[in-house]
Amino acid sequence: MAERIGVYVCHCGSNIAGTVDVEEATRWAGENLPGVAIARDYKFLCSSLGQALIRDDIQEHGLTRVVVAACSPHLHEKTFRRACANAGLNSFLLQMANIREHVSWVTRSKEAATEKVKSLIAGAVARVQHHRPLEPTPVPVNPHTLVIGGGIAGIQAALELADAGYPVYLVEREPSIGGHMAQFDKTFPTLDCAACILTPKMSEVGQHEHIKLLTWSELEEVSGSIGNFKARIRRKARYVKEETCTGCGLCIEKCPRKVVDEVFEAGMGYRKAIYTPFPQAVPKIPVIDPKSCIWFERQRCRACEKLCPTNAIDFDQQDEILEVDVGNIILATGWDLFDCRRIPQYGYGRLANVFTSLEFERMCNASGPTGGRVVLRDGVTEPESVCIVHCVGSRDSHYNPYCSGICCMLSLKMGHLILEKTGAKVYACYIDMRPNKKDYEEFYQRLLEEGMLFVRGKVAEVTDVARTPPEEGKLIVQVEDTLLGKQRRIPVDMVVLMGAIEQRRDARETGLKVGISCSMAGWFIERHPKLDPIATMTEGIFIAGACQGPKDIPDAVAQGAAAAARVAGMISKGTVMIEPVVATIDEEKCSGCRICNNLCPFNAIDFLDDEKVSRVNAVLCKGCGTCVAACPAAAITGAHFSTEQVEAEIDGLLWDAGGDGEPAPTDQPELAPAATE
Amino acid sequence: MERERFEPRIIGFFCNWCSYRAADGAGTARVKYAPNVRVIRLMCSGRVDPSFVLKALASGADGVLIAGCHPGECHYIEQNYKTMRRYAMLTQTLRALGISERRVRLVWASAAEGTQLAAAVDEMVEDLRLLGPLHWSANLREEDHEAAFEHILHEHEQAMEVTR
Ligand SMILES: Cc1cc2nc3c(=O)[nH]c(=O)nc-3n(C[C@H](O)[C@H](O)[C@H](O)COP(=O)(O)OP(=O)(O)OC[C@H]3O[C@@H](n4cnc5c(N)ncnc54)[C@H](O)[C@@H]3O)c2cc1C
Ligand code: SF4
Ligand code: SF4
Ligand code: FES
Repeated sequence: MAERIGVYVCHCGSNIAGTVDVEEATRWAGENLPGVAIARDYKFLCSSLGQALIRDDIQEHGLTRVVVAACSPHLHEKTFRRACANAGLNSFLLQMANIREHVSWVTRSKEAATEKVKSLIAGAVARVQHHRPLEPTPVPVNPHTLVIGGGIAGIQAALELADAGYPVYLVEREPSIGGHMAQFDKTFPTLDCAACILTPKMSEVGQHEHIKLLTWSELEEVSGSIGNFKARIRRKARYVKEETCTGCGLCIEKCPRKVVDEVFEAGMGYRKAIYTPFPQAVPKIPVIDPKSCIWFERQRCRACEKLCPTNAIDFDQQDEILEVDVGNIILATGWDLFDCRRIPQYGYGRLANVFTSLEFERMCNASGPTGGRVVLRDGVTEPESVCIVHCVGSRDSHYNPYCSGICCMLSLKMGHLILEKTGAKVYACYIDMRPNKKDYEEFYQRLLEEGMLFVRGKVAEVTDVARTPPEEGKLIVQVEDTLLGKQRRIPVDMVVLMGAIEQRRDARETGLKVGISCSMAGWFIERHPKLDPIATMTEGIFIAGACQGPKDIPDAVAQGAAAAARVAGMISKGTVMIEPVVATIDEEKCSGCRICNNLCPFNAIDFLDDEKVSRVNAVLCKGCGTCVAACPAAAITGAHFSTEQVEAEIDGLLWDAGGDGEPAPTDQPELAPAATE
Repeated sequence: MERERFEPRIIGFFCNWCSYRAADGAGTARVKYAPNVRVIRLMCSGRVDPSFVLKALASGADGVLIAGCHPGECHYIEQNYKTMRRYAMLTQTLRALGISERRVRLVWASAAEGTQLAAAVDEMVEDLRLLGPLHWSANLREEDHEAAFEHILHEHEQAMEVTR
């Protein structure tokens, strides 16, 4: 045991030292663990002074291994590896013991916590002796980037990269980019027109020399890893030739089939079977929806084909699969609206004049189904009074515990639009007003002045059952006004539900395709909630916009740009270093049984017919270690997770278990004489 | 009474991507749970060699908790299905050795399920308290030990041959 190990135990201020006797654990490690040359505790090891301490010790005391007992390796392993490398010690000769997330933050008793810390340090010390120096492998970064989702976040990310000269594939599942923002009329808090600020960006995307726009397309599959992903993209049959179509729109005009548009118009308006979701669509090229097209239904019509001046209609088109090679992937898949039917007492779907926020947004839009007029479901009557209900499906443990973040401002925006367009009385029933960003509070004050009426209380019910004559023919909002301390029944003509912003219904599947997961609330999980909100645990996969959590347009734009900056940095550097955690087969030991061959999901193991042994292709191996665990000849070594290392860690962790020699207890019926089958 | 309570020692094998992060998440959320589990981070639950489990029990652990990503969510596509097969084999071997299979548990925890993972630890600790200490080395004769290893390797080999 010639290794000289340095053990460093972090206080992390009071985060660790508050629950763990750090000095005692350090003293104990120094005095009892074999190989430990030096053991120190320090207030904040991750600080530059803390790192310098380790670096200097390595040089002055000739340390050959380092154990850092601190936070999770997911947080600071890189930091301490760098500290080792700076002192000339191979960075893989470090092992961390996670004594914060796994001990101090989860344990009540100081005594028990300190004992657990000792075990974790003992495990790390035992393991680190078996570490081998490893070198990260440099991997070239393909300069192409794949952006999934063409809402404002994806658009921003694509433009930032393309403007920097880097090629982008932008994949959007709908016929046009634009996302939800394209559905809005005005945007809070400035009330600038959504189309005016969005459409220039959309056309820029459409015309950009470095952006390959793939609308009406879906991500099928992703393989590879950072620097070199391979993505399969399904280009759904459009039945319109993109090269030939000029976007004149004649086909749309002449198509005889009209159906309710559930996506862009949120069910409020109609579209044709051949359509672009809205006039400013990018690209302007329409798609035929085979589910509503008369030709696909009963082999008749083809009016569009006959009328198209450029013969762009092609009913024989098939889905195509496009394979692209990219270095990084940005997910910007956005949000879906809470299904307001899930709260039956609010009456949505049953009471005609209860609307969702998205429906109302379309109604306010000058190019929307009502031409921008705010009217009841009958399409003509202007409401004389409207009640906006906040937090529908948000801040409610039955649905979503989180705050959707945008609804207070959305409600104010709607209040303003209703007052402006109709002069109706506008109530908002809120739990708390949270207009907490730049210029938001000012907007709230403005609406107070404009005469919007605020009722503090969570709405219990929306009903059409009148109790008094003034309630006849109205919708009655039943709410406890918590400021007045009494129940109120507010009769109105129209109710608008501020449905929660939720994760896309298919986000889980999308996440799995690229190897990232979702939180309990559904959002894609970021690498770090504060310090790295756009990266994920999977290198080379980034998230931006509302798919990471509810947010407004400015934040979605900021994240799109941030993700792009990160990717651009990597591309301009040209290479990334990837961990050399791969399997290798000792051909001397391999018996050629081929058990491992089929175990690898990445087909990284080849059988060499001549030598009759198996060999791992290090480029394909991702280092899961399953083959290592399976080889009956113990011929496979998993770098940095070798059997030796793990077994040493087990021994170390159980330093206090006295492996053998304890007296047999009598209360062990399950240990009746063992009978091996 | 409280002081003499049996404190089982549990070795945890947690995969890097979901369950280790779940445990980190429990920490960040300050969820309190029993301090009895000592976690080894592996890249995937597929790395859990059944001999690690036997080794842990033989070295004085009273239980072993294997945690991985939910089926279908393994970072390496499908390796946790192999973990499942191995686990089934392993429980048979344990039974043959007269060791309660309650001592070795396999649970799934996504990165978001810190609270659930913490609850699983608490539950296992309570259960091990009922079972009492294992004292493998004092209770098992060396021959049985060897036979068990042979047995498991053999079964394991067979199990792996038919995957996919
Ligand atoms: C009614 C309402 C009004 C609002 N008004 C305002 C406002 O006035 N001001 C403001 O700042 N914020 C407002 N917001 C918030 C705003 O909508 C969001 O901040 C913004 O839409 C987030 O943009 P995004 O790009 O992240 O997502 P989205 O706009 O949802 O765009 C995501 C895009 O990705 C596509 N996509 C999804 N999944 C896939 C897939 N698997 N493959 C390919 N493509 C996919 C979608 O089709 C969509 O085009 C409002 C929200 C609501 C509910
Ligand atoms: S399992 Fe082991 S012995 Fe069998 S082929 Fe693979 S490396 Fe060789
Ligand atoms: S460690 Fe995993 S990825 Fe690498 S060769 Fe073995 S099974 Fe394949
Ligand atoms: S990575 Fe978690 S089980 Fe495979």
